[in-house]
Amino acid sequence: MNENVRERIIEILKSVKPGFDFEEKEDLMDSGVLDSMTIVMLASEIKDEFDAGIKVTDIIPENFNSLEGMTRMVERIAAEE
Amino acid sequence: MKNVLEYLEKTAESFPEKTGFTDPLREVSFSQLEDKAKRMANSLRAVRGKPVAVMADRSVDCVEAMLAAVYAGGFYTVIDVNSPESRIKDIMRTLDPAAVIASQSRECLAGKVFKGGEIIIAEDAASEERDEEFLEDVREKMIDTDLLYVLFTSGSSGVPKGTAVSHRSVISYTEWVTKQFGFDEKTSFGSQTPLYFSMSVTDLYSTLRCGGTFNIIPREYFAFPMRLIEVMNSRRINTIYWVPSAMAIISNWDVFSYGRPEYLEKVLFAGETMPVKHLNYWMKALPDCLYANLFGPTETTDICTFYIIDRAFEDRESLPIGRACDNCRVTVVTEDGREAREEEAGELLVSGSFLAEGYYKDKEKTEKAFIQNPLNDSYPERVYRTGDLVRLNHRGELMYLGRKDLQMKRMGFRIEAGEIEAAANAVEGVKASAVIQDSGGRIILIYESRREDAGTIRKKAEERLPSYMIPDEIVRVRRMPYNSNGKIDRARLKENI
Repeated sequence: MNENVRERIIEILKSVKPGFDFEEKEDLMDSGVLDSMTIVMLASEIKDEFDAGIKVTDIIPENFNSLEGMTRMVERIAAEE
Repeated sequence: MKNVLEYLEKTAESFPEKTGFTDPLREVSFSQLEDKAKRMANSLRAVRGKPVAVMADRSVDCVEAMLAAVYAGGFYTVIDVNSPESRIKDIMRTLDPAAVIASQSRECLAGKVFKGGEIIIAEDAASEERDEEFLEDVREKMIDTDLLYVLFTSGSSGVPKGTAVSHRSVISYTEWVTKQFGFDEKTSFGSQTPLYFSMSVTDLYSTLRCGGTFNIIPREYFAFPMRLIEVMNSRRINTIYWVPSAMAIISNWDVFSYGRPEYLEKVLFAGETMPVKHLNYWMKALPDCLYANLFGPTETTDICTFYIIDRAFEDRESLPIGRACDNCRVTVVTEDGREAREEEAGELLVSGSFLAEGYYKDKEKTEKAFIQNPLNDSYPERVYRTGDLVRLNHRGELMYLGRKDLQMKRMGFRIEAGEIEAAANAVEGVKASAVIQDSGGRIILIYESRREDAGTIRKKAEERLPSYMIPDEIVRVRRMPYNSNGKIDRARLKENI
């Protein structure tokens, strides 16, 4: 599950920022790699891709600052459902 | 009244200690703002009657620098500091500013794009002494048709074009908007739009005129909508004037089920078509607010027609753009040059004091868009051709139908297909390109080339265009479809996408 979720998120990220290496980056938001509108779009795409019940309360910096954060969020939501 | 600074000075007299402008880092009262802008003007003595480029992030500092340029007798252009350097250089080439005033954090960028003179650092300029004699002399000689700002939007030929707007236009517009919506010293704006975008003129000058508060909501808050609600409540924001895309973030994520803006009274929107589905979400959650659809281009200062929502609309319906603002005239003219009848489509023409003076250093484009009123051959009367197709419905409300040309909108920003196409055509091997917008608002670039080149085109686009102009999708075709006039057949491209 873990690898699979991670890979699928990487695919989504690649479509947003082609050619950027998202591995081991902890500050995607703060460094400006992902801007505010991209985050909202990204959240929608992750929601659709995983059919996950991402709520607005999940859209917080710690969930979107890194690939790990996004993966953890999707897994947590899947576990809750 | 002939100068927008009179708004600030009168308000600073009536409400000297009241907080006028805020951002997450600082806030200023009206008297502080006046004092600081006057001090800063001393470093800009050489700009009388000339352009000043302001390079600062969206902040209270930026507002101070803009007003400093006006106090010095110049007019300002706020630069989008996040757009690519090459685009800023294009703007600087047209504008040829007499000075650049930059915040410390943007000094490096300013140095890269401006070689023509001294770069004034806003923070240093603020510690200058006020020179009352100089300030008085500047004001004495200014007239209301002097330019206040030049605002750059997307240009169809690939280079941004600068709309030049006078004090008189902004004053005429501000008089209408503040009276129409009853703004006063209690009005607390939650400002969403950038200062290089015409919509910010409404929040900014209404605040200076009425003594309300202009709260800058940083872009990143729109990524985390819960923070947006928090700031709206902590700042007691009661008026917003946002682009529909920003309002849609709230409805798409059902934000009002988790938190509500407790103080909100007035919800105005403009810049692009508002999908009724999103408006209905807002109206259901906050039924006591006033909602209004505002419509107009940068060339009419901000707005020329408006519609206050006074009845229910189904999700599939379109909102009217309403009727002309006070002191503004709109006419619908058919292709054969006569006034359109009810329900008949035609181009929207605007006349009156809201009109811009024209495009900066572009006589040709100015003469094409600002023309003699085709219905008046008795005396010179300037009208602006909006390029918007509209019709009058049986209720006497204008309805928006679409564009005559290839202009598109995203997040309220104007996008000319030609500007994106110029970037794509600059890539070697690209024979032709066309940009279209699908029904979902996605910007799609179609190009003809012998090889797959989407990566290079995207890179080129990122080098030359601001992020809102970057295509969502880049598609290669072997052969571009052409119509019988020899033009790219965009309708066919749209059908096939």
